[in-house]
This record gives sequence, C-alpha cells and structure tokens, in this order.
Amino acid sequence: MEKAKHIREPWSDRVSIVVIYIFLSIILLCVAYPLIYIVSSSFSSSAAVMSGKVWLFPVEPTWYGYQAVFQYQQIWTGYLNSVIYTVSGSIISVALTIMMAYPLSRKTFMGRKVLMWALLFAMLFSGGLIPYYLVIKSLHLLDTRWAMILPGALNIFSIIVAKTFFQSSIPNDLYEAAQLDGCNDTKFLTRIVLPLSKPVIAVLLLWAAVGNWNSYFNALIFLNSEHLYPLQLILREILVLNNVSTNSITLSPEQLKQFEDMKTLLKYSVIVIASIPVLILYPFIQKYFVKGVMVGSIKE
Amino acid sequence: MFIRTVSLWRKNIYRHWQLYCIVALPVLFLITFNYVPMIGIQIAFKEFNPTQGIWHSPWVGGEQFEMFFGSPYFWPIIKNTLLLSIYALCIGTPAAILLALALNEVKNQRFKKIVQMFTYAPYFISTVVLVGMINIILSPTTGLYGQLSHLFGVTNVYDILGESKAFSSLYVWSGVWQETGYGAVIYLAALANVNPELYEASKIDGASRIQKIIHIDLPAIRPTIIVLFILAVGGLMSVGFEKVFLLQNMLNLSTSEVISTYVYKIGLVNTNYSFGVAVGLFNSVVGFILIFTTNVLARKFSDSSLF
Repeated sequence: MEKAKHIREPWSDRVSIVVIYIFLSIILLCVAYPLIYIVSSSFSSSAAVMSGKVWLFPVEPTWYGYQAVFQYQQIWTGYLNSVIYTVSGSIISVALTIMMAYPLSRKTFMGRKVLMWALLFAMLFSGGLIPYYLVIKSLHLLDTRWAMILPGALNIFSIIVAKTFFQSSIPNDLYEAAQLDGCNDTKFLTRIVLPLSKPVIAVLLLWAAVGNWNSYFNALIFLNSEHLYPLQLILREILVLNNVSTNSITLSPEQLKQFEDMKTLLKYSVIVIASIPVLILYPFIQKYFVKGVMVGSIKE
Repeated sequence: MFIRTVSLWRKNIYRHWQLYCIVALPVLFLITFNYVPMIGIQIAFKEFNPTQGIWHSPWVGGEQFEMFFGSPYFWPIIKNTLLLSIYALCIGTPAAILLALALNEVKNQRFKKIVQMFTYAPYFISTVVLVGMINIILSPTTGLYGQLSHLFGVTNVYDILGESKAFSSLYVWSGVWQETGYGAVIYLAALANVNPELYEASKIDGASRIQKIIHIDLPAIRPTIIVLFILAVGGLMSVGFEKVFLLQNMLNLSTSEVISTYVYKIGLVNTNYSFGVAVGLFNSVVGFILIFTTNVLARKFSDSSLF
C-alpha cells in the first residue's frame, strides 16, 4: 500500500490533471464573477456603475443603493410577508411530510401500497393550472395569506425521501421492543422516530424554506392585494418589469434628479438584500442538502 | 376468506388507530390539492360558465381540443417547448457529469471545496433574482455585456435580451450557470460509492486517468444518469413556467411562448377556462405518456428504472 503511493504518475496523467485544474478554475471564474460583480456594483456610485468602471471591486464606495432599499416601503412589506410565508409554510409542510411518511414507513399500516400509488400518480399527473386555481377559488383562499401557505404544503418528493429514511434507518426491531414496553404508535413517533431523524428533518426544513422564499408563482396567480405580496413579486416589479414607484419614497426636488441614479443602484442592492436569508442558511444548506440528496437516492 | 380479511382489518385498525389518525390530515391535503383539481379536468370537454359551475356547464365534447390543434399557436408553442427542454437536457446533463468527473479527480480538498461552494450557490438564487441579474448584466447599454462590447469597439451591440433567436440559448446557458453545481452533487455522491479497489486494480493494470474515468467512473454513475434522464424526459413538455415567463418580452415571444405560459395567459389572464384546461390536459397526458414510455424502455435496455 505504502509503496503504491510512490509510483510516479505517467506524463499523460500529469497533463490531464493540469487540464482538469484549469477547466475547474475557468468554471469557478464564470460562476463566481457575476456574483462578485453584482455585490461590488451595489456598493459603488451609480456614475461608476453606469460608465462601466466597476470590474471587480467597488468604485467610489457608497451606501446610496442600500439607503434607497431602506426607504422603499414595499420591499419591507414584501420582506415581512415572505418571512411569514416561509416560516409558517415550511413548518406546516414538514409536519405534513412527517405525518404522511411515518405511517407509510410502517408495515403495520394497511393501505400503504394504495396510498403510495396515489402519491406517485399525483406526482406524475395533475389536473393542470386552471382546475387547481378553481379549487383554491372555491375554497375562498384567493387573495388571502392562506393561499401562500396551504396549497403547496404537501410535497410528495419530500414525503418519499422521509419515508425512505424512516424505513432504512429505523429498524423494525426497535418498534417491536418499544411496543413490548407499552409504547404506542404516536409515542413511538415523538419519542423515538423524531429524535433519530433530526438530520433528515433539517434537510426537509431547509428544502421547504428555500423553496418558499424563492417561489413567486403561487403569489402571481393567487394574490391581488399588494400588501400581501411576498418579496419575490416586489422584486419582479423592480428587476424585471422595471417599475420603481416614486410614491413609496419621499423625494425632495433635488432628490428627484438623483432618482434615476438611485434606481440603477437599487437594483443591485435589492438583489443582495433579498439573498441574505439564503446566504445565512447557506452553510447549513451545504452541510445538509448533500445528505438529503444521498437519502433521496437510496432505493428500496 | 373475505370475512377473515375484514376481521383482520378491523383488528389492525383497532390496534393501530393512531396511525390512521396521523395520516388523515396529509391525506386530506392530498385529496384537496391534488385529486379534487382532477375533477375540474371535465371542463376541457365543456363550455365552462362560472354561474353554472363545473358540474352544470354544458358538454361540448372535443371542441376545445379541435380548436387548440387547429390554432396557429399549436405548432409554434409545441416546437418552442420541446426545443427548450431538449436543448437544456442535451447541455445541462453533460455539463453536470463533466463537472462531477473533474471534481472527483481533484485531490486538493481546499480547491475542491471552494469550487463546490461557488458552483453550488447559484442554485439557491431565486428565479426572479436570476432574471434580474441577466437583465442587468446583459443590458446592451448599461450592462457588463454592453460595456465589454464597447471596450472591444463594437458599436452596434447585439441585443441578446430582445432577440428571439437568442432566447433558447439565453434560457439554457443561464440554466447551466445556475444548476450545474447542484446537478454535479448527485453524480459526486454516486462516485463516492465506487469501490476504491477498482481504482487500485486499474492502476496496477496501467490504466491512464482518462481510461479510468471511462471504464470505472462512467459505469458507476450510469444508473443515476438513467434515472435522471427518465425524469427529464417526463418533464420535456413542462418547461418551467417561472423562468420562461420572466424572460419573456414582446420581442422574443415568437420563440419564448411555451405551453405553460400559454395556458396561464389564455386560461387565467383571458379567463378562457375551458380552452386553458384543454391545453393543460393535453400537456399532462403527453408528459405522462412520455415518462411511462421512457421508463419501460429504460427497464428493457438497462437494469435501472424509476419504478
């Protein structure tokens, strides 16, 4: 074994590893550069951004972009809404996932085959957008906060991941032993399954949270009132539709002159501000998502 | 026999009634948000009238479908949908595999971690922010792209955002930027499970790095590739609404209108419910057939399949 390490690599292998390092460095540059550019621009002066002086580091550093964001009332309403939808939506979603996955993972639960097929079928086939919309409408959920939380709460993919995890890592013997000690199904779930499943629950929570924070589609079709809009819809107005409303910022005449400049910077800084929650979660995401992918790839 | 099964059920339900109580709530959600909408599919065969509701609107048979198949939009949106998804599949999958294979060769853990950290990050950027970044960076006047073009002395800058021919590439390559790192993680997980003895044996047999990749690494990730391929083929007809819708503008509509955006506009914006449901149903059925056929084929020609 020790000797094997000292075998000199043939020249072709040494060339190929150099090529691989160069290839990866180029990819790293291509992926990272746009991110760095946006962040640097958000701290630069609008004149520098407009005239293309920003290449890597902030030029003529200012906080104007961020000041504009702080004065922009709709962004903060949207931010608050998004936090509400993300927190409540993720908790409800993960609770439902566990409540579905736990019985499905138990052999003593009859009808789990039928239920599993019902889930798979629902994953592959759907009624389509309009019937879905009509159901939400007939439940009187349109234009309410519930429309952002309930319809998407049941995530079939998460259920399958959780079920696979429960089945593969919680042995049946454990259940039988617990049963002998007088433990019923609910207690087994709360006292034994949940404490043993902390990593997978973390994955599911992160999944749901990132999904909720980033989505805009349900809000687009279900909401009309602007005070209910999540952040992503406000961002769409600013970044995609290019509608920056003046009435939400109080401007003096000379500020109005600077408004166009602010508008440019605002776009850069709002991207940074909107990504902060995900950025904070990112270390955890990196740690747990890979695990989640692994759990999901285990086949029965 | 029948009576015995029933009494067995009864006994089981009596002993495990808690399981059934736990599952009741999520099942209610499944029925409400996944199965009740399927009842609404019948609108596709009716002339939907909001005052009469789903059940009492008059039947019209396949009229809506005839209208859709005969409409001038039919072929363009099918073509756009398939073109976008096939293009994305053909570029996205090899890109993720290539990144995973390359990362798997890197022995320097720090470099590997940095590359992974950055390539993985864009996946968590929201679609709105991604499209916002595209708009900012690719703007022909103020954007990075425009300024670079000026720097190289190009006076008449090609407007990527407003050019219908560039739409599919814009869609696919921004997707590559965003999703390759994430896609690679799945392949890397499969590569981590390769038995190290295989590598040692190949080294002793004098295999080069490239030979090792072709004969050990690629076969190791083959099942993963097949499963992801089946899923992708099943999704060929349902190009994600979110990004296409945001990238759309009046100038590129001829190549950017896909089935999902069309259903949204016809059905919800113009409230032509019956027609929208018919188009959506056509989409769901074709998607369903696609995923089933690929699965059957995959099972026949390889040992991996989805179900």
